[in-house]
Amino acid sequence: MSERATIYFDHNSTTPLCPEARTAMLPFLENMFGNPSSYHHLGRQARSALQVARRAMADIFGCGPAEVVFTSGGTEANNLALRGAAVALKDTGRHIITTAVEHHSVLKTAEVLSLEGFAVTVLPVDAQGVVDPRAVIDALRTDTILVSVMLANNETGALQPVEEIGRAVRQRGVLFHTDAVQGFGEVRLSAVFEYADMLTLAAHKVYGPRGAGALLVRRGTPLAPIMTGGYHEQGLRPGTENMAAIAGFAAAAQQAQATLSSEVERILGLRDRFEKRLLKTIPSVSINSHGAERVPNTSSVCFSGIESESVLLHLDLLGICASAGSACTTGASEPSHVLRAMGLSNLQAQSALRFSLGRSTTVGHVDTVSEALVGIIKKLRQLSSL
Amino acid sequence: MKSEKFDDDSLQEPATQRPEGGEESQEEPVIFYNETVIDHFTNPRNVGEIENADGFALVGDPACGDQMKLWIKVVADYIVDVKFKSFGCPGAIATSSMATTLVMGVHLDEAKQLTDDDVVRALDGIPSNKKHCSLMGVGALKAAIRDYEQRSEQQL
Repeated sequence: MSERATIYFDHNSTTPLCPEARTAMLPFLENMFGNPSSYHHLGRQARSALQVARRAMADIFGCGPAEVVFTSGGTEANNLALRGAAVALKDTGRHIITTAVEHHSVLKTAEVLSLEGFAVTVLPVDAQGVVDPRAVIDALRTDTILVSVMLANNETGALQPVEEIGRAVRQRGVLFHTDAVQGFGEVRLSAVFEYADMLTLAAHKVYGPRGAGALLVRRGTPLAPIMTGGYHEQGLRPGTENMAAIAGFAAAAQQAQATLSSEVERILGLRDRFEKRLLKTIPSVSINSHGAERVPNTSSVCFSGIESESVLLHLDLLGICASAGSACTTGASEPSHVLRAMGLSNLQAQSALRFSLGRSTTVGHVDTVSEALVGIIKKLRQLSSL
Repeated sequence: MKSEKFDDDSLQEPATQRPEGGEESQEEPVIFYNETVIDHFTNPRNVGEIENADGFALVGDPACGDQMKLWIKVVADYIVDVKFKSFGCPGAIATSSMATTLVMGVHLDEAKQLTDDDVVRALDGIPSNKKHCSLMGVGALKAAIRDYEQRSEQQL
């Protein structure tokens, strides 16, 4: 396997570090090790670099530098948005609205809040994985304090109408948060505070390092820190800043923004080619969220009658990295909550694989993977007892 | 479209506590299969169906991830042919394949003694969180033998 070149179709899990991010990070791993809170010149150097990174992020999203709160990643940013708003507004109201297809860092946080005295409404999605904006508005109550709807789904790539939802929610005086981890780098995000009060980002999904993310928080948003400590990140996120990761994040975000238009077109072309080939060469294939607006890089595919891990292993033996919506680990498989929410049966959800393309993807990769799948699916179907 | 509260079981337990065993820093196993398992997964033995089989079993539930069909042909209390089809993960396919090779040509009394540990041992081990897969092949085999015995009794 080692002599075979890797084909990476798992960019929604994580992305490799881009050269721009690596270059930006190196000084902080070497002699620029200062703590941005320190008085001396090394501290000032780090403080200045932190400001540069923060301004770079603010410029991309059309917000002020003070509205950028760096975190350790998307999970922490989502926790901060939900828990922080819940704590800050608990005397105003205790109702939170979210959707059934959110990332677990939102859903499980909401679930824990529901055990702590908050009422949580989890809105369903349609068969395409999209939430109805009217359902969000209908679910609003006088005690609703927060609505959280993701921008793009990590499994299917389906885009939610967050601008429409956000505007309507904000108009009614309720906070709106969107988890944009999977959307950034795929769709243009600017002037985000026109529809959102808070927005979550993660560096490692846009060719930045792991260990950095951000919550964009519009000025004046009631939010309490969820950790106690120093007064870092506008008092919202105590802890000495991970300067290397933050600098890498800012550089990666700038690069993602700069190459967005050309990359979107290129990757959309590759995904179309991939899906067309699968639909043409393999019987009983369906593309999840095919009828929805999707981010250009994601393809969630059901191969009816097979079990996804068996496909993953066959692909892996060929050097191809993909991912599955379910995992058979403890005797009971755990089908994807996203696909189940879209109305797929357990059996269908178990037959789903996710292919997520990225900067390294070529036409040759698309053709190699789709050809490999023809043989793998045929073999597994011949073996299948269904 | 109606909204729903947290009452469905699409989510697992809320994360208010560390998972069991967390205190002992249970390491998540690196799921990977050894060469023997990979071999039985990529080239499963005795795949197919037997027409006019003497015993048949259908075990597992595809909605839970695994299902297996197994056919046996019996002559003078010996399993002279065994074939299977399986819907499942690599662990399920490899253990089913190995189970069939272990009972091919074997006396029924001996085949009935086969355990899932025998299958795992013959495969030089499988990842611990895939051990449950090995139960299916053995279960299907025993159910097929029972089916054969019931049919034989009915003929007497």
